[in-house]
Amino acid sequence: MTVATKERKLTIARAMAEAIAQEMRVDERVFVMGEDIGPLGGVFGNTRGLHEEFGSERVRDTPISETAFMGAAVGAASDGMRPIVELMFVDFFGVCFDAIYNLMAKNTYFSGGEVQVPVVLMTSTGGGYSDAGQHSQCLHATFAHLPGMKVVAPSNAYDAKGLMTAAIRDNNPVIFMFHKALQGMGWLGTEKDAIVHVPEESYEVPIGKAAVVREGNDLTIVGITSGVHHGLKAARQLAERGISAEVIDLRALVPLDRATVIESVRKTGRLIVVDEDYQSYGVSSEIICSVAEQGVPLKAAPQRVAYPDIPIPFTPPMEQWALPNADKIVAAYELMEKHS
Amino acid sequence: MKPSRDQKIWMYEQMHTSRYFEECIEKIYMEGKSPAFNMAKGPIPGEMHLSNGQEPCAVGVCAHLSADDIVTSTHRPHHVAIAKGVDLNRMTAEIFGKKTGLSGGRGGHMHIFDAKVNFSCSGIIAQGMGPAVGAALSRHMQNKPGVAVAFLGEGAANQGAFHESLNLAAVWKLPVIFVVEDNAWGISVAKSASTAIEHNDARAAAYGIPGHFIPGNDPLAIFDIAGEAIERARRGEGPTLIEIETYRLAGHFMGDAEGYRPKGEKEALFARDPIPKMRQQLLDDEDWSDAQDQELVARTHARVDAAIQFARDSEYPAPEEAMEKVFV
Repeated sequence: MTVATKERKLTIARAMAEAIAQEMRVDERVFVMGEDIGPLGGVFGNTRGLHEEFGSERVRDTPISETAFMGAAVGAASDGMRPIVELMFVDFFGVCFDAIYNLMAKNTYFSGGEVQVPVVLMTSTGGGYSDAGQHSQCLHATFAHLPGMKVVAPSNAYDAKGLMTAAIRDNNPVIFMFHKALQGMGWLGTEKDAIVHVPEESYEVPIGKAAVVREGNDLTIVGITSGVHHGLKAARQLAERGISAEVIDLRALVPLDRATVIESVRKTGRLIVVDEDYQSYGVSSEIICSVAEQGVPLKAAPQRVAYPDIPIPFTPPMEQWALPNADKIVAAYELMEKHS
Repeated sequence: MKPSRDQKIWMYEQMHTSRYFEECIEKIYMEGKSPAFNMAKGPIPGEMHLSNGQEPCAVGVCAHLSADDIVTSTHRPHHVAIAKGVDLNRMTAEIFGKKTGLSGGRGGHMHIFDAKVNFSCSGIIAQGMGPAVGAALSRHMQNKPGVAVAFLGEGAANQGAFHESLNLAAVWKLPVIFVVEDNAWGISVAKSASTAIEHNDARAAAYGIPGHFIPGNDPLAIFDIAGEAIERARRGEGPTLIEIETYRLAGHFMGDAEGYRPKGEKEALFARDPIPKMRQQLLDDEDWSDAQDQELVARTHARVDAAIQFARDSEYPAPEEAMEKVFV
């Protein structure tokens, strides 16, 4: 006998807000601050309802002063609070990175572990809607490169809630990257597959554990956030040709679950990495290198489908041409086969 | 606000401790660095920013603080750390890069953290201001007592973080005090060449908070003004900005030839050394004798000597311990 479970589909935005609210209800130390996260509910909807429930002491609109409030998050966390702080667009990190990578990421180390900095920094990533190069970047590698911060980035609402809960409970700084096109805000052209069933009760998705979101035997496609959805679409296209692709959602960049990727590539012998961040010195090269270092036998040279090394252009023909998509993954597979 | 006799003696003793500490560090720093000066050599490698001359700023403020209050300091932190009650043995061992240091040698002299007394410092100008605002926010939100004090140099007043932090602290009316140690020089560039106004306390007006300028590197005047500001913060009346005229009797860092100083400046500063001045004040105004003075000096020297011995005797960490404490 099967028990029908009622589907409760949420957007990533709703899932994030739910996780935050649930943690705020049980832990007085948790609070949120950032620009427009109060009565407005966040430009990307991820703090909707929080101000109404918790008030302006614990859900604090800040001045447009990222340097000050990122620094303040570090100071508050070191003093026993658990701030969730929003950097509205990841592109804005340039005005406040000192507080992030020199303080948030290093104070624990420089105090020999005596000082804990349990900050969740949530920030929007990604393009595809003609916002040009100061509001469309992903910058996965920029954050993941610098030691001392965990970095997570969900591709769907289930993971978003579980990763947010885990991030808030973590005693280390966690960068929580959410991709605008997956957020469930209609005006950003939502990816429907990101809206999935989310249990009402609180739960954690462990930070640093990748998920095999589609099993296959001929090819491994590794992605994060939007890259996972492109990978799944490409896998469906390839399946029509009888090619069985496995798709891995990294879910976190730090710690990076290399084992899951390596295990998959040992099985398939083929690897394509999809990343909306800039190609050079990025996530895609780290993944390919991690496989190469282990001497995993390969049937073809690995490929990457990433953003070209250019500032993100405004005009739709240019931007859409530059973005990763399923067709590019299929083309990369064809190239692999041609050369193998 | 006037200090009691005990408070005066406490301030005087901390100043002596700090000065003698810096004098010892100065000597030891040069071990292994001659005939050729190489920053990486000797028992104390790396940059070294000494605080000789700036002791009044530390003691005049910290006389009003308990271990529970929060202090963030700068790349020139020793005097403040000592006045805040940081564990001197472990701080010294940290400066030597030893396993017994506050962070086991990971931070060194610019990254001193002692969570027991809520002290931290960092190496980049104006960097401690945001965290001080956040710590004050934490106390406010938890309805817990305690104020935060951010020490900074006068050069930091030209950083964005300075202005953002003042505004945020003011708009949220937080219990935080910003203390500018104006030693007149940003490495080699004079304050007059880098700062559009004479005294940074004027900048407080831009954020609607009180600002005070304290001339003369005078511990008693600092005690007075800082005491009022800290009381004000404790009453929940919000932040204050204080600029203190102080003197850097050393170079920016060890190895600084100080060629940028006008002739005679250094001699004039030494003539106004605040420590002998305070000694004289104690002898003149308080029940204080030469014998008591000698006993105090001997006590501070013994304490510092013991800390240095502790550091010298301590083991270095195993190199691979570098991989630990990134996350907790």
